[in-house]
Amino acid sequence: MKAKVHVMLKNGVLDPQGEAVKHALGTLGFEGVDGVRQGKVIELDLADGTSEATVAEMCEKLLANTVIESYSIEMV
Amino acid sequence: MKAAVLTFPGSNCDRDLAEGFQQAGADVTMVWHKDTELPSGLDVIGIPGGFSFGDYLRCGAIAARSPICSAVVAFAKRGGHVIGICNGFQVLCETGLLPGVLMRNAGLKFVCRQQGLQVGTADSPYTSGFAKGARITVPIAHHDGNYSADAEIVARLKGEDRVAFTYLDNPNGSVDDIAGVLSENRRVLGMMPHPERATEAAHGNTDGAKLFAALIGSMATA
Repeated sequence: MKAKVHVMLKNGVLDPQGEAVKHALGTLGFEGVDGVRQGKVIELDLADGTSEATVAEMCEKLLANTVIESYSIEMV
Repeated sequence: MKAAVLTFPGSNCDRDLAEGFQQAGADVTMVWHKDTELPSGLDVIGIPGGFSFGDYLRCGAIAARSPICSAVVAFAKRGGHVIGICNGFQVLCETGLLPGVLMRNAGLKFVCRQQGLQVGTADSPYTSGFAKGARITVPIAHHDGNYSADAEIVARLKGEDRVAFTYLDNPNGSVDDIAGVLSENRRVLGMMPHPERATEAAHGNTDGAKLFAALIGSMATA
């Protein structure tokens, strides 16, 4: 089984990289991009039966820094 | 006086930091990240700058979960002294020993230069050799030095006089120009500037040597 973990900066945390991407999109002529937020996706190959709670623990302990990042888990 | 300096894969200021301690009169032991125990009778631990584990995941994140860091956290919680410089500051934030986090520089560029700092407090073993408000120069070299913490944490750091240094000309977007912070017991210091790169005449600047001298001096009299 697999899990996909999406890690994003929390709302309100300034994302300088997202801002730079937004600026570059504007330079390329794409209009109307009001905001860009950059995050990461982490794919985990897991032993069958691994619970979502265990993945949440992985997020809390390592995969996300919950001071500035939020995460969501997709079990697939 | 016994100091230990940690080395992770990707550390690159570990020997410079050891020199800084030695010049101030400490005996230094280098400790590898896979070690699980610290040398006995240790007075202070230095976590050096560099790019531990290639900055994978987040700066300092993997190092903070390495075997030796469990021992460092236990040492700090027993009241031990720990100084983390640059990547070491990032590691200390990731362990939770210091609040906040170091994010990508606001200007997105790696910044490497001599940096003017103001001493925020003389009330710590690291800063007692400076006068509060003194202006010093210490080199910086980082891509992720943008100190971020919520308003409540920043207010607490200020209220408890735990801002060790601020930038005179904010190079990275750090909240309230914060360049270094102390733990509640004032024995853990994290700072982005590199005092170990300003310890000899050949460095062109010896402001950093005062930090090591004050630290080792405070322990000798303790």
